[in-house]
Amino acid sequence: MSTIDLTTPGLGGGLKDVLRSRYLLKLLVQKELKVRYRGSVLGLLWSYVKPGVQFVVFWFALGIFLGMNRNTENYPIYLFSGIVLINFFNEALSNASRSIVGNGGLIKKIYLPRELFPVASVWVSAIHFVPQLFVLLIACFIAGWTPGVVQIGAAVIGFLIVALLAIGLGLFFGSVNVYFRDSENFVDMLLMIATWASPVLYSWTMVRDGLFDAFGAGTGGILHTIYQVNPLTIAVELFHFAFWMPTTSGVTDPLTAVPPNLLDLWMPIGVAISVLVILLGQFTFRRLEGRFAQEL
Amino acid sequence: MTTAIEVRGISKEFVLRHTRSIKEAFVWIMKGRKGDLSKKFHALSDVSLTIEQGESVALLGLNGSGKSTLLKHISGVMLPDVGTVQTRGRVAGLIEVGAGFHPDLSGRDNVYLNGAILGMSEEQIEERFDDILEFSEIGQFIDTEVKFYSSGMYLRLAFSVAVHTNPEVFLVDEILAVGDEPFQKKCIARIKELADDGKTLVVVSHDLDLVAQICKRGVLLEHGRVVLDSTVDDAVATLRSRH
Ligand SMILES: Nc1ncnc2c1ncn2[C@@H]1O[C@H](COP(=O)(O)OP(=O)(O)OP(=O)(O)O)[C@@H](O)[C@H]1O
Ligand SMILES: [Mg+2]
Repeated sequence: MSTIDLTTPGLGGGLKDVLRSRYLLKLLVQKELKVRYRGSVLGLLWSYVKPGVQFVVFWFALGIFLGMNRNTENYPIYLFSGIVLINFFNEALSNASRSIVGNGGLIKKIYLPRELFPVASVWVSAIHFVPQLFVLLIACFIAGWTPGVVQIGAAVIGFLIVALLAIGLGLFFGSVNVYFRDSENFVDMLLMIATWASPVLYSWTMVRDGLFDAFGAGTGGILHTIYQVNPLTIAVELFHFAFWMPTTSGVTDPLTAVPPNLLDLWMPIGVAISVLVILLGQFTFRRLEGRFAQEL
Repeated sequence: MTTAIEVRGISKEFVLRHTRSIKEAFVWIMKGRKGDLSKKFHALSDVSLTIEQGESVALLGLNGSGKSTLLKHISGVMLPDVGTVQTRGRVAGLIEVGAGFHPDLSGRDNVYLNGAILGMSEEQIEERFDDILEFSEIGQFIDTEVKFYSSGMYLRLAFSVAVHTNPEVFLVDEILAVGDEPFQKKCIARIKELADDGKTLVVVSHDLDLVAQICKRGVLLEHGRVVLDSTVDDAVATLRSRH
């Protein structure tokens, strides 16, 4: 006879269970990639082509037509280092929000840690992020980029901020989506805002000056702080600091290239907010997951 | 004897109508929130069931009597509104054919994926892969996408994976109907083997003669209540006489 204790089935340990089922996570990620590129000639190459085209469009519209090339030194690198990060966030959150409903067939029939699905979605997006990072690095090296430990550390933390944020929001919206399918539409709207609400296409000084002009120093200052607290803003600026800033020369004032106190103030704030979001996401997810099987 | 499954006084209420519109909700609030916005009904009412290790139990009842719902509570997919469920050891369920199979993946990929979903480690799957393949008799089709499989082949592979997960408690919900006769015989033999090995079985099937071969104990469900808990022959006879 066995010595195993009686346990209550269906009570998971949250994200801890995901760590325990790493092998299943790996298979789910592989499945996602295989299914996504099944019957496609370009396959994973699409993750080069899509951002490439997007980059060219933005570069023409903003860099050339709107004159950003003149305002910002090495604007293509500035632009691309922000785009890759925002693309990662957009894809990760969009898929994570749909992952629970999308895997409903399985969730309804077999018990497994359901957190696996949003996490797998974010993981797949991270895999798509790698080739884009590669292209960015090549461009940086051509522009004379010599990275230091601080730069690489900032890039890693910028990436982690976005990944945690995407997992946290993915857990939240993914579980709410089971009850209200409005959730995924809301996320789409949020993502449309995300690209414009962080300094991807323009520089942070334009935000500051614009807000100060429009609302005066008082209100403008408050609005600018709100803008700064957005973890995406912080992560994008960390990427600018890591990839774009080392390629600039004397033309760009190093004091205003990225917001002041980026590393010693904003970076810890960004990490703290992401951790908070992931805790909140996990909390909501666990409150709602008990009824997933019957609502799906 | 050691208890393998302990179900104590569980009830489960389902909402009958899920769609709610803003207009309906508004009218409901305006009327002073009288009545329920959505109708509810009990799929399980005060079900208690204790199953010892090594027992093989048939869960019988008409369509909609709550058999699948009960299995889902035992496997942890659903949580009861009231009451508790406890299990000992790993529970694997074959609840519907090939849940967790992805149509666009090859049979091989699906064996790995499904094995991992049912709780096997990478080494365990690799070690048992040949046995799984042999048992399923899928042969050369193992590298074909499973959407091109016949329903019987699908079942064979799914069943093969499930029996090789080696769980302590094995839940089977209405899956034997699709296989051809030789394979059905093989499955039954395998299930009996599991029972002889001291595994706990809970089998749901409308094939009453078949289920009587496999199981010793029979539990009859009616409208979400246990109405009889006796030998399988008794349960089958009662079910037949009542309807
Ligand atoms: N998620 C759900 N939401 C609402 N009602 C549900 C849900 N799942 C099951 N039901 C209802 O609960 C009742 C019991 O369903 P269940 O699937 O357990 O029946 P069953 O005994 O397995 O029947 P069958 O022999 O047809 O497989 C049915 O009336 C079904 O409509
Ligand atoms: Mg059923």
